[in-house]
This record gives sequence, C-alpha cells and structure tokens, in this order.
Amino acid sequence: MSKLDSKIPAGPVADKWKNHKDHMNLVSPNNRDKIDIIVVGTGLAGGSAAATLAEQGYNVKAFCYQDSPRRAHSIAAQGGINAAKNYQGDGDSTYRLFYDTIKGGDYRSREANVYRLAEVSASIIDQCVAQGVPFGREYGGQLDNRSFGGVQVKRTFYAKGQTGQQLLLGAYSAMSRQIGKGRIKMHNRHEMLDLVIVDGKARGIIARNLVTGEIERHSAHAVVIASGGYGNVYFLSTNAMGSNVSAAWKIHKKGAYFANPCYVQIHPTCIPVHGTAQSKLTLMSESLRNSGRIWVPKNIEDAVAIREGKLKPENIAHENRDYYLERRYPAFGNLVPRDVASRAAKERCDAGYGIENNDTHEGVYLDFSTEITKKGKEAAIEQNIHNPTEQQIYDLGKSWIEEKYGNLFVMYEKITADNPYVTPMKIYPAVHYTMGGVWVDYNLQSTIPGCFVIGEANFSDHGANRLGASALMQGLADGYFVLPYTIADYLSADIRTGTISTDNAEFDTAEKEIQDKVNFFINNKGTHSVDHFHKKLGHIMWNKVGMGRTPEGLREAIQEIEEVRKDFWANVRVPGEANEMNMELEKAFRVADFLELGQLMAKDALERRESCGGHFRWDHATPEGEAERDDENFKYVAAWEYNGSDINQEVMHKEDLIYENIEVKTRSYK
Amino acid sequence: MSAKKGLSLTLKIWRQKNNKSKGQFETYKISDVSTDSSFLEMLDMLNENLVNEGQEPIAFDHDCREGICGMCSLYINGRPHGPDTGITTCQLHMRMFKDGETIHIEPWRSAAFPIIKDLVVDRSSFDRVMAAGGFISVNTSGNTLDANAILVPKEDADSAMDAAACIGCGACVATCKNGSAMLFVGAKVSQFALLPQGRVEAERRVLNMVKTMDEEGFGNCSNTGACEVECPKGITLEVIARMNREYFVANLDKG
Ligand SMILES: Cc1cc2nc3c(=O)[nH]c(=O)nc-3n(C[C@H](O)[C@H](O)[C@H](O)COP(=O)(O)OP(=O)(O)OC[C@H]3O[C@@H](n4cnc5c(N)ncnc54)[C@H](O)[C@@H]3O)c2cc1C
Ligand code: SF4
Ligand code: FES
Repeated sequence: MSKLDSKIPAGPVADKWKNHKDHMNLVSPNNRDKIDIIVVGTGLAGGSAAATLAEQGYNVKAFCYQDSPRRAHSIAAQGGINAAKNYQGDGDSTYRLFYDTIKGGDYRSREANVYRLAEVSASIIDQCVAQGVPFGREYGGQLDNRSFGGVQVKRTFYAKGQTGQQLLLGAYSAMSRQIGKGRIKMHNRHEMLDLVIVDGKARGIIARNLVTGEIERHSAHAVVIASGGYGNVYFLSTNAMGSNVSAAWKIHKKGAYFANPCYVQIHPTCIPVHGTAQSKLTLMSESLRNSGRIWVPKNIEDAVAIREGKLKPENIAHENRDYYLERRYPAFGNLVPRDVASRAAKERCDAGYGIENNDTHEGVYLDFSTEITKKGKEAAIEQNIHNPTEQQIYDLGKSWIEEKYGNLFVMYEKITADNPYVTPMKIYPAVHYTMGGVWVDYNLQSTIPGCFVIGEANFSDHGANRLGASALMQGLADGYFVLPYTIADYLSADIRTGTISTDNAEFDTAEKEIQDKVNFFINNKGTHSVDHFHKKLGHIMWNKVGMGRTPEGLREAIQEIEEVRKDFWANVRVPGEANEMNMELEKAFRVADFLELGQLMAKDALERRESCGGHFRWDHATPEGEAERDDENFKYVAAWEYNGSDINQEVMHKEDLIYENIEVKTRSYK
Repeated sequence: MSAKKGLSLTLKIWRQKNNKSKGQFETYKISDVSTDSSFLEMLDMLNENLVNEGQEPIAFDHDCREGICGMCSLYINGRPHGPDTGITTCQLHMRMFKDGETIHIEPWRSAAFPIIKDLVVDRSSFDRVMAAGGFISVNTSGNTLDANAILVPKEDADSAMDAAACIGCGACVATCKNGSAMLFVGAKVSQFALLPQGRVEAERRVLNMVKTMDEEGFGNCSNTGACEVECPKGITLEVIARMNREYFVANLDKG
C-alpha cells in the first residue's frame, strides 16, 4: 500500500484550512511542557516555528550549524515577501495569489496547500509589523509595495534590499525572547547527522557539536526539519556556502519520501561566473527587473567587440539592442517568471550573443538607463524644474534608483569593479532555489510519523517553479501559522508518554553509525580534498541536469555521478582530528549526501518526460523553444522511496495532482 | 575572467589549535591569485593547497559570502574586514592588494569573543544580549492589528531600517580599544525606539540589554568612533547617542 496519503481535508478549497483547524486535536496549555520538540534549522521556517512552539508552551530544542540563528541562509533574501493584502487596490485577493502561484508553478503543486498559503499570507505581514520589522513605507505612513516576475499586481512587501534579513531578524528576536525565558534551548554550531526512530516514530536526532566534535544524542516527541534547500549540489549557486541537504537526506534514508528532486530554480539575474576559483554566485535581486531592461547586442559583431573589450555597451544605439524579453513576451516583458527569463538568456548566449568575457560567454545586460531618464523627468516635474538639462535629469533619476536599490548597486560594484549607474549590469542565470524536497502531507508531516518538514526543505507549495517573493512567505506561513496547529494534532496522543530516553538500542545504533563514518573520514588518507569531488559533481549537474536537459545527458550524468561517488569514498582526504572543530569533516558529510542526491535528481529528471517550470527537457519543447508540458501523463508528484545505497533502485510513488478550482492551462506570458 | 597574471602573496596567519592552547603566526606563500577573487576565495585556494600537502586547513567563519550573514570576520592588516570600507571580508576583493604584498590575518580579538580555533571566535555574547531584550514582546499568533493600522512616518521607518541593518559581525567590538559593543546594542535599541510598536517597552529593553552587555565583558564607550569607521553596514554613532538618551531617561524613570 502506498504511504502517500496527502490528508487534504474535504470541502471547498476556501474552507478547508478553517474546517481542518476546527476539528484538529489540541494539546491543552498545562500539558505542553510535558512535550519536547526538536527543530533542526533556524532560518525563517525553523526560527518562526521554534519561537511559536515555545510561546505555546512546548519545550523546544533548536539546532543550527552557524554560530547564531541570525545567520541562517534566509538572511540573504533581498527582494521581498508576497501577501494578498490588496493595499494597492489593484485587484489582489487570496484567490489571485493562489492562482498566480499555481500557474507560476506550472500546475505541479497541490491546490489545497497553496490556497492555505495565500490565505495566511496577510497575517504574516501583520505579525512582522507587530514585531518591529521595518518594511518600506509611503509618506502617509502606510506600507509600500512593489511587484515581482510572473504577476500583474503589486503585492510584494520589502525592507529595502534586505527583506530576508529583516524578516529573519524578526523571527530571531521572537526566538531570543523565548531563549531568554528558557523555553528554547538553542544549540548553535551543532549539525544534525541522523534521525532516530523508535517504534516507528521520530524520537530524536544524532548531532555533532561542531566546536568539540562530540557526537550527541537528543530526544523529543517530534522532530521538525527546517534545514533549507539543496541548491549547493551544483557547487556554484546563490545559496550560502554551508547550505546542504544532509538533514533532509538523512530522513529520506530513514523512510521519508523525497519529492520532485529535479525541480530546481535557476534565477535569471546573478552576476556571471568570473573564474575557476569562484566559490559562489551572487544574486542581484529580481526586484531590479522592475526598473531594468534586459538586452544583448542585435548584431553578433557588436557582441564580439564587447567581449574583446573594444566596445562599451553604453555606446550601442538603442536600435542595435535586442531587448529579447520585451520582444518575445510583450505582455510581461522583463517581468516574465524566472524559468522563462533564464531560458531566454541561455538561448541568446548559446546563439553567440553573450557579452561576458569568460570561457562560455555567459552574460546579458540589465540596463537602468531608460529608467534613470524616465524617473529623472518625473522628478523634475515634481520639483517644478522646467526644461531640465540632461545632467539634471540623470542626477534626479540616479537618486531615485539609489533610494530604491542603492545597496545592490554598491554590492555589484564591489564584486565587479563596474559602476552600474554608468554601464549596464552583467547578469546570467544561476542555481538559486529548490522546489523539490521532502514529501509532506497537508499537515506538513513526512512519511515518517512525528517527523515534520517545513520551509524550503519540503516540496509542497511551489510546484515546478517558484515565483519571486514566495519562499519567504512559505517559510513564515509554515513556521508561524501552519505547523503549530498541525503538530499539536499529532502530539495530542503523546501527553502521557513522558520524557523520551536516549538510552536505548535505536540511539546506540544511530550514534555508532555516525561515529564509524567520522572514523572513516579521518582515517582514510586519500588523495583529494572534499571540494575536489564537490566541484566535479557540480560540473556534471550544471551541464547535464541544469537549464536544459536531454535523455542522453541525464543517463550520462547518472553514470558519471556514480563514478565520482565511488572515487570519493575511495580517495577523499580529510585532514585534522575528529574531536575538535574540523570544517573539512563537516564538508565531507555534506558532500557525501549531495553525491547521492545528485544522482536521484538526474534519475527524476529522466523519468519526467515533459518540460515544466525549472525542469526543461529539450526533447519536450515547442518549435519556438517554449516548455511543453504533458498533463495527461505527468500531472503528479514524484515521491521517491530510498531502497539501499544504489540510488538507481529508488522506487517512485505518484501523488496525482487534482485541480478543482483552477483550470489547467498552457502557461503563456506572451 | 581577467587575462592578467595573478598576484603572488605572503600571508602571515594566526594559527591556534583551540581555546586552551597558545597561538602564533605562520607564514604561507600563495601565487596566481586572480584579482577578481574575493579574499575568502583566496583563502579557499590556500586551504586547497594545504589539504593537498596533507596539512590542516585554516579554520575561518563564513557562510553567505554576500555580506549579509555577518559570519565572516578576519582582522586584515590591522583592520577588521580589511582595507576597504563599508564591506565585510567576503566582499573584499583581491584587486585591493598589490602583487608581492604581505598580508597579516588575525581573528577578532576581544575578551567577550573568545577564540575557538585559528580565525574563528565565539560571538555568542551578542546572542545573550539579544535574549535580554532585543525584541518586542508580542505573541507570534498573527492575531494582531492589521499592519496598516500602525502608521509609521516614512522617515522613522527608514531610520529604523538603517539601524536594523546591523549584521552582528562584531567588527565594532574588534576594532574598539575598549572592546565596547555600544554600536551593536545601540543599533538594536534604536531600531525599536524609532517605531511605535517598540516604544511600549523601550525603557525595560534598554536597561536589560545594557546590563547584559556589561556582564558579558564588553568595555565602555569612550567616543573614539573607530566602530563607526569599520562598520560594514554604515551604522553611525547616532545610535549610541540615542541609546544613551534612552538609557538616561529609563534610569530616571526607574529612580
Ligand atoms: C540570495 C537569495 C535571495 C533570495 N531572495 C528571496 C526573496 O527576495 N524573496 C523570497 O521569497 N525568497 C528569496 N530567496 C529564497 C529564500 O530566502 C529561501 O528559500 C528561504 O529563506 C529558506 O528558508 P528556510 O527557513 O527554509 O531555510 P534556511 O534559511 O536555509 O535555513 C536553514 C537552517 O537550517 C540549518 N541547518 C541546515 N542543515 C542543518 C543540519 N544538518 N543540522 C543543523 N542545522 C542545519 C541552518 O543552520 C539554517 O539555520 C532568496 C534566496 C537567496 C539565496
Ligand atoms: S554595528 Fe556594524 S560592526 Fe557592529 S556588529 Fe553591527 S554591522 Fe557589525
Ligand atoms: S560570509 Fe556572510 S557576511 Fe561574509
């Protein structure tokens, strides 16, 4: 029997969540301190969950590998967070946010989950404002909004270019309050290395203290995984360097199904790769696409001259520029969704029009000159300057841009040494976000009872593609407003269980396995560093499981990853000792998991013989090069079951996606 | 990718096995460093060489590598986050250095930030200051006012945002001859003091945070202003002035 019961409540979609809440079991306040909950990860999802659960009265043990929850990867999000508040009166509503998210996800997400996300989104903003998150405001004191790719309303709330930072600091503040009260026991610089299951239920974890190297046992009545996404399987990505899949992968190996691993979002506006020593890619917020126009030279000679440094982009006349997004997608122009914008950039660069002076010529322009002029003229009128000079217009326009995106422009200049007020930014797509993740039901519970998964680590809300500003929304929705209800329903059966012991065979075995692996790494006097293998894996992933995929390429990838994996286990070298801070050892554990996951991603991509969202198969494209979905055969979630260390033996389970409230259409942004 | 030949550098790096052992500077040579690389990528290169030679790589803290998580630190040639201004170490690029240069690399040094290993220090004292009052006491239930029911003048929201931009890196403490954390604490106190939501418990907050700051072993502020100069996020001394005012008023009220 398949374990895939999505537990979607009956009834009309607009009432499902309310009805479900009305009928779930509760844990009464005086019983909550008899219950321990482990939260792995303290980004937006884990941080908000830990704070809320602690406030409700549970004993929370939270873990993160950084030195403080304030440093989780969520901190890096720049652009904004969506919410269906309709403050701008432009026709936004819960339904429209729901609709945009489903369509943006290429009809590969679950209706009920997405509706709930849209429904609770408005409370997130209320909550964060109450916590002191300094969102951007209008002069009248009300909240300001902007818009992101793939939508036609302004529903994105922002805090300058640091929205993720401010939201995370909000959650971290809420956590700090509970830490101060002793309700959250925070384990900084601790990494979860395995899940412990007792009598079929998640009852604890094995963690390594990253300062002392000690392997520790921690028990709880339920375990929440909020460990973020797995984009670093590509080595180069916009993710933080420590982002990894280990927690999610470990529970997968213990029985949790892993869903849609091939859905990876490639973000269109990153700074292009400059060289082989590069360690990560830096995102330029998508919000820049509100003001920037994307182009490459129309004539191939100009592209060549630019790459050779003989021509400057500012000197190419407007009529000799190919604003390819505006040309191909007039309705959305530069604001098409990310997968569309990314593929269009690749198409131009593959055709030889790329402008970056690197091996692959991967780069296009994001140009602010039109906006500077336009805003400059508007400001001149506002300030009663008649007949402004060109310089005045430029200066006024520049200060407008500076006010809106100043910190991003500074960051760009620091990295590239180019001044983007004068010359257009160079950008190229990069791996950014993973829509796949641990399969969870409507209650955010994995296929392991008592093991819940929230935020980017689960698969549920974004389908095959995520629209901008919706990951932050999902993280906080899960953590503040969904999990605290659904986990209570599960825990209500546990009020008489008492403290869970760590002195039993299950903890012994799990700890021993980890200890053996530590010993293996330290004693395997191999020939190559961990990064050597990680880079090899990344190369295969980017070239064969990247923006465009073919069956042959995917088959090769599966084979090649298998070989890198064998090589890794034979030849990896980890210097240093086990019982101390050892960052190479930390990486070794993470890369071991990436090697298995990478193979599963390729396998999943091979099975999905259609194109949808971030998964683009060249053998399933229209003559114009647009994605060709196959709803007849692939309107399902692919949930993989681990079946031994040979990843090729994983078993796929299907959850059919049923659309009752939205008509499934071909996605078009023309 | 630059066609230029890369830099050759001599690195003098602080090595210290753990908190209990003594540390010392070690000298390393590195060549062919691209000027487009970041400082941390240069250290990655060095570490890769060290691993290949069977030596232990240098431990340093980092995560986001885009100047926002506050994890990276490093005292470079006598300055926190190195010679450039307004940036963190991960955003420092090798084009700031000359071929043949010798670079000194040390961990943050401050009593409140004990060294863990090599260049890694323990900044959890900041977390404890936060737990003492760096929050607004509101339930996380979502059953609060509609966000637009709280009007905030744009200027105040912007100033609060400027203060809230602190990334908790500790450069201010590291550079201060007294090891004072006033810029960090002032930034948090200011963010909330500037917003109507935060006013309600402003007095309690500032008293508790300052008390914990003292207990954690941070020194006093003697208005030297080095912190402001080295802060990667442009937090200004204004936040210290505001905190002092808040503290003064709170103490009056208390007395
Ligand atoms: C540069 C950038 C910009 C972005 N901009 C936006 C935006 O504007 N809007 C938007 O909506 N989204 C944006 N995103 C996406 C969004 O930031 C992330 O999807 C989201 O923050 C993920 O939150 P999370 O809580 O699920 O995970 P994370 O914030 O990644 O947190 C993961 C946590 O898990 C911990 N952890 C992981 N593994 C372990 C382990 N084994 N043991 C212990 N702890 C562990 C980490 O320490 C960390 O605390 C952006 C992403 C990036 C990279
Ligand atoms: S005030 Fe500046 S230097 Fe000090 S911790 Fe904050 S960001 Fe770092
Ligand atoms: S690594 Fe995050 S600020 Fe430098």
